[in-house]
Amino acid sequence: MSLQVNVPLVVRLVVLAFVMVLLQLMFFAQVPVFGAIADVSPLVVMAVGLLCGSMTGASVGFAIGLMVDTALLQTMGLSSLVLMAVGYWSGRLREARDPQGTLAPIPLGAGAAAIATVGYGVGQFLLGAVHPLSWLLVKQTLSTIVLDALIAIPITALVRRWLTPVLPEDPRRRRRRAYTTGGLSPLQKA
Amino acid sequence: MHDRKVVRRRRAVLGLLVGCALILLTAYFGEGAGGGLHAIQRGALAVFSPVESVAADAVKPFRDLFGWFGDTFNAKGENKTLRKDVAQLRLQVADDTRKLRTSSQLDRIQELDGTRGLDSMKPVDARVVLASPSLWYSTVNINRGSGDGVSVNDPVINGSGLIGRVIKTVSDASQVLLLTDADSGVSARIARTGVPGFVQTGTPGNPNDLLLTRLPRGKLPQVGQMVVTAGVVSKRFPSYFPPSIPIGRVTKADPNEVDTSQQVHIKPFADLHELDVVQVLTEPTTRSTGPIP
Repeated sequence: MSLQVNVPLVVRLVVLAFVMVLLQLMFFAQVPVFGAIADVSPLVVMAVGLLCGSMTGASVGFAIGLMVDTALLQTMGLSSLVLMAVGYWSGRLREARDPQGTLAPIPLGAGAAAIATVGYGVGQFLLGAVHPLSWLLVKQTLSTIVLDALIAIPITALVRRWLTPVLPEDPRRRRRRAYTTGGLSPLQKA
Repeated sequence: MHDRKVVRRRRAVLGLLVGCALILLTAYFGEGAGGGLHAIQRGALAVFSPVESVAADAVKPFRDLFGWFGDTFNAKGENKTLRKDVAQLRLQVADDTRKLRTSSQLDRIQELDGTRGLDSMKPVDARVVLASPSLWYSTVNINRGSGDGVSVNDPVINGSGLIGRVIKTVSDASQVLLLTDADSGVSARIARTGVPGFVQTGTPGNPNDLLLTRLPRGKLPQVGQMVVTAGVVSKRFPSYFPPSIPIGRVTKADPNEVDTSQQVHIKPFADLHELDVVQVLTEPTTRSTGPIP
């Protein structure tokens, strides 16, 4: 079992994580849209998981979570745990079902945002946060999920565009491309 | 065979990452504020604050553009509210001025205004460079730190009033705990009547709803009354904040709520979701010189 490291992919993932964390904290977190604040971290992790698989997704989720917690002086480890779950979930989704529809990022983005926001909230409660569960909290969580679902397509496209040149060729994807560009499926050939 | 190896490797990686996260969480909770992980965070803040500052400048035009869309969208309703507020304030100012001029306390208030000038507290201008995206942490990071004279617990204001206090500082950056954080608390009073209370968050993350709690029974504040910091009024309950800094205005004063919970709702003057330029009072004078007027 040899473990081959795709260095260009690792470099691009590090750059992606760093830039996305900076943008999240300095731009998205300070631009409320209809009272909601977009959280692009779970979307980026979800997109990486969908493109690179569960192990890479979980690792990138862990790293981005660590960077967010460090930058914001928050409880270290909680964001890592939550975003790692997002990365692993989306990676397993790719390995088991490989969702490829144009609109697939919308429900997946909503799912990733839901795992991240609800997971973070549950983590905070478990760690002893004294906030009451208010209607505002539920409303903010829902609006973040909806907003993330809406911006999931461009974020996923950006991540795909950034990572595709260094991704190893995927046989399943090559096969699908052949069908959709005029090639015959094995059944049709028979 | 190959699949089994892949599954095994995947589980090993996942287990390793979960283990690391749990170790981090445990270690972070177990150590004090001077522990290694906290030191790493402070170090990262010190190292990256110049990058953050430059990046914040770079994205500011885009932020402003998006803010402009939002502002335009809300401008009509806001304009109407502001006109109403201005009319009400004019009446209030005229009323206050007449009362003050005829009051025997005029000299004392003028003296307080003179001696409590905020410009004597060595204010340091700062820019907000990072804001927490989460409802759980109501904090912002600013681009001034201990090298500029900022120290922990310094009050932070903006053009509208009090926004919070400094909780962590490194050489060229600091973290500010906003009024909306659950850990925030400010001893305050109703400006006109002097009724004392304690300002704390009403609904976590809601920048427009704070509570003025621990009100004395039978002292019902009126809607529209201004709430200001009380300063230190007792050695037993020291305050980080100088007296008479505006905090907000009473928006809801339900007699039943005052009787049962001894609290009213207030809306802060400062817009805590759209902070840009703030000021840190690096040498606050927190002690009141006399009884609350």
